[in-house]
Parts: sequence; C-alpha cells; structure tokens
Amino acid sequence: MTLFLLSVMVFLGGQVLPGNVGRAILGPFADQRAVDALNHSLGVDRPLLVQYGSWIWNFLHGDMGTSYIFRAPVAPFVIDALGNSMKLALVAFVLVVPIGILGGVIAALNLNRPLDRIISLGGLSVTVLPEFVTGIILILIFGVWLRWLPIAAAWPKGAGFFTQLYYLILPSLPLFLVLFGYIARMARSGMIEALDSDYTRTAVLKGLPWRTVIWRHVLRNALLPTITVIATQTGYLIGGLVVIETLFRYQGIGSLIFTAARGKDFPMLEAGILTIGIVYAVATLIADFLYSVLNPRIRLGAEQ
Amino acid sequence: MSATDTPANLPTPDAATQRSPWGEVLHSLLRSGTFLTGLGIVLFWIVCALFGEHFVPYDPLADDIINALAPPSAEHWFGTDQIGRDVFSRVIVGSRDILTVAPLATILATIAGTALGLLIGYFRGIVDDVVSRVLEAFMAIPVVIIALLAIVALGTSKITVIVVIGLSFAPIIARTVRSAVLAERELDYVAAAKLRHEGALHTMFVEILPNVIPPILVETTVRLGYAIFAVATLSFMGFGIQPPSPDWGLSISSNYGMIGGGFWWTVLFDALAIASLVIGVNLVADGVHGAFND
Repeated sequence: MTLFLLSVMVFLGGQVLPGNVGRAILGPFADQRAVDALNHSLGVDRPLLVQYGSWIWNFLHGDMGTSYIFRAPVAPFVIDALGNSMKLALVAFVLVVPIGILGGVIAALNLNRPLDRIISLGGLSVTVLPEFVTGIILILIFGVWLRWLPIAAAWPKGAGFFTQLYYLILPSLPLFLVLFGYIARMARSGMIEALDSDYTRTAVLKGLPWRTVIWRHVLRNALLPTITVIATQTGYLIGGLVVIETLFRYQGIGSLIFTAARGKDFPMLEAGILTIGIVYAVATLIADFLYSVLNPRIRLGAEQ
Repeated sequence: MSATDTPANLPTPDAATQRSPWGEVLHSLLRSGTFLTGLGIVLFWIVCALFGEHFVPYDPLADDIINALAPPSAEHWFGTDQIGRDVFSRVIVGSRDILTVAPLATILATIAGTALGLLIGYFRGIVDDVVSRVLEAFMAIPVVIIALLAIVALGTSKITVIVVIGLSFAPIIARTVRSAVLAERELDYVAAAKLRHEGALHTMFVEILPNVIPPILVETTVRLGYAIFAVATLSFMGFGIQPPSPDWGLSISSNYGMIGGGFWWTVLFDALAIASLVIGVNLVADGVHGAFND
C-alpha cells in the first residue's frame, strides 16, 4: 500500500506537476520544436495512465529509465548508490542495535536510579536533535579538533574493508544517536513491563537464579516490541541518510536523490525514491517475520 | 488557556474542589521543572526573534570582507563568517524564520489532523478503514522524501515547507484524535446529543471536540518539536528558507564546507542554537504530557 501510494506520488511529483519536462530541461529560451522533440523522445507527451503503466512495467523488469542529465540508464547509478548506503546503514545498525538494547536493559535494571536517568535523558536529548546538528558537532570534535577521523566519507579507490569502515564511523554516528534513544526507550519499557509481570515473579519465587530469570524469562518477552521499533526506524533512517550523505559528501542513495532533485533529473529521482520504498517494504517484512519467529504465540497460532 | 473557558464540559471529580481541571493542569505545569526549563529556553528564543535586532551589536546581514572568518574575540564574540558577518548577531536573530515556519506548520497539521480524526473516529466503518490505511501508508514515507518531491514539483518557498510539514504531520494527529474520539463517542452525552437530533457536525465539533482537547494539545506540542527538527533539516538541505536570512540551518549549510579549514565558529553556535531550541520544545512537550496524564 505504501509502495503504491509512493509510486503514484513519485510519478505525479516527478512528471506531472513540473508541467513541461522538455521546457524544464532545455530552459525558457529553447526553440519550441526542440522542446516538442525532446518531450516526444522522452515519452512525456503520452497520456498519463499510459506513462504510469509503462514506467511501473519497465521498473519491475529492471529498466529504471534513462537519466535526463547523464543520458545513460539510471539503474547502475541507483544500484551503486544503494550499495554504498547499505554499508553506511549497516555500520549504524550494527552499532546501535546491541548498544541501544543494552542501554535500555541497563536503564530498566537500575530503574529510577541515576544511571537510568542518565541513559533515559541522554537518549531522549540526542534522539530529538536533527542529524545534521549532531553531525556538525561530531565533525568538529573528532574531525577538526581531535583529528581522529576523516570529515568526508570518501575513501581512496580500492580501499580495503577496514579503511572503508574507518571512513564510515563518523557518518554513522549521527544515525546511531538518533536511533539509540528510540531503541533504548523501547527496550527499557519492554523490560520494565516484563520485570513487573506474573511470570517473572513466578520464576523468582520458584528459586531460579536472577541471571537465568533475566536471560530466559524477561529478555525474550521484553525485546519483542523493540524489534518492531527497529523495523519502523528504517523509514527514519532513510530520511536521515539523505541528510548525512549530503553532509559527509557520501555517494549513497540519499545524496543521489538529493542531487537528482536539484538537477530536475526525474527518472533518477523516481527510481531512487521507489528503490527506497522497496527497501522499506522489505525491512518491514523481515521484521514481521522475525517477530513471529521470536513470539511463540504467533508462531504456534499460525500452525493450528 | 483560560480556566473559565469550558468548565461545564469537563465534569470530573476535581470540579468539586476549588480548582477547575484546567487550573489543575496549569498548577502541575508550573511545578514541573522540565516544563519550566523548556519554557525558559523557548521564551528566550522567542524574545530574540521578536526584539533581537534591537540589541545585537552588528547588523546580521552587513558584510565586512576585511574581517572575514575572524575567530571569536572581544569585538566579535562568536567570530565572523566567510563574508565578515557577525556570527553572534546572526545566531540571535536566526531564530526568526524557524519560529514562524515551524509553528504555522504545526497549526496546519493540528487543524487538518483534528478534522480528519474527528470524521473517521465518529463515522467509523468503511470511511475509517479506507482513510486509516491511506494515512498509515502516508506516515511510512519520510518527511524529507515528501519534501524533496514537493519542492521539485512546486519550487522552493516557506509556504511549500509549511504545507509539506503540515500535511505530513496531519495523519499522526488524526490517529491520536481518532482513538480519543472512539472512546468518547460511546459516552452518554454523545447519545444525548443524538437523541436531541443534533447534526453529525454539531456533535463532532461542539460536543466531542472540547473533550478531546487534552490529547490534541499534547500531540501538538510534541509535533512542534518534530516540526522544528524538520524545518531546520530542510533549510540545511537548501529548501524553504532562503538566503540572506540568518537562519541557523541555512548558515550551517553555507559554512560547513570550510569546516576542514578549522573555522569551527561559523557552524558551532548555529548548531548549538538549534539543539537548544529543539531540546527546549521537547522539554515543554514532556511537561505538558506529564501534566495531562497525572
């Protein structure tokens, strides 16, 4: 549903509202015949439904269109950029998921003590800050003053895994901070609820060691809602990527659609946004799957 | 919010005591450290936006090429930017645009979201099913993406930013209003209104609306925080607020290219200003949330 809505919006935004595409590319002083010819060769003089249908049809068959600016198929650009963004997002995720959950669990186990206050308040404050603000502050601290990390995520060609990782740490930190608060807060409230439940009391009363109670009884139930949150955060993560990739001059999908939007390169823009939509849909699907695997109630209910 | 406005519509146990429910909320707000701290920060920036230009040491738009990129000193507290404009003066006056655009967007979102939420919550059934699905789909799209599309299609202006943020936040407010209305519509006073043959619109806006104000207020203050987040981000991306406005996001975007040269003062103070405003609004939202839920 989201995908369909997104595709219609992208299509309308990209091809219908700007009006005359040929005019937009060639500028106001171009000859009308040249504009018409360009419109015809781009196929934008056909009826809207036909355009939408052929666009979706081609997209589903791997043909994402031809860039107005580069005069070359869009697909390789999008795939390259998507790969780069995945690297960045992966670094951020690998850092934030365990640390965020750990933070939330520690906060819940120290409920209302200073450690909990620090984690909750700190998490909340960094979560509400725009990525470019934390990004700028982090660049100043680690890139300009301490000079520990490079300020642009552009590694030398053919750099190895660890060099790339080294360049990706700073850009992934702002994403880490935004996500940390959400994940820690969900993990914390999930833990508090699970710690308060009857089955935890039963487990404690039947004499199980505290460690076993936490690992076997509390954590499994506490972390279910957290997984859903992590999946819904992919949407935010993608929004954040646009900003972060611009800030760090990183060649990802975010900076791709940003550049395409500025240059009015509609096929590139449409393909980029639709690709993001698909990634989002896949992430949601994986989360649903994980949720049912981890939750015996849903898993067993489905089998009956 | 006045204490005498709608006491008749809020028959809670508190009505027996001296304070009206709204007075109760106000009282707990004034005792909340979170709320007062946030309010202090927000008021500071509002004062700067309104009167800042009268007490800043320099004209925030006047360039002075000879003194360009001067580090902080007694003369220029926060240094100067690449064309010699005084950073301190610009930071103080820079709250003006964001404090106009973000609240207007939030008001638009609240009005649209409340109307939509009342409609789908009151009529339920197929209207609710269809509209709710569309809203859910809409909410899954990041604001930045919607903004990119809208700006490509409609061009850059403050109005575009207000409309984009207003309409992207409306579904979230609609969802909150809807769930509040679902609980209210089962109550006796709604049944009484129906028995009196009041029209659907009258029941929604005159009977139900005053009773769902608290969740709307809470959601609106929370949204204001996100609106500031979004406006700042969009102006950093070069959308919406345009030069030569001393807007914070815009200043960062035009100066961060030189950050590698060590000119930290051209971006740090703007970043801290955004951070303080966002945190301030969120503290206020947190306080309002707490006051209505205790």
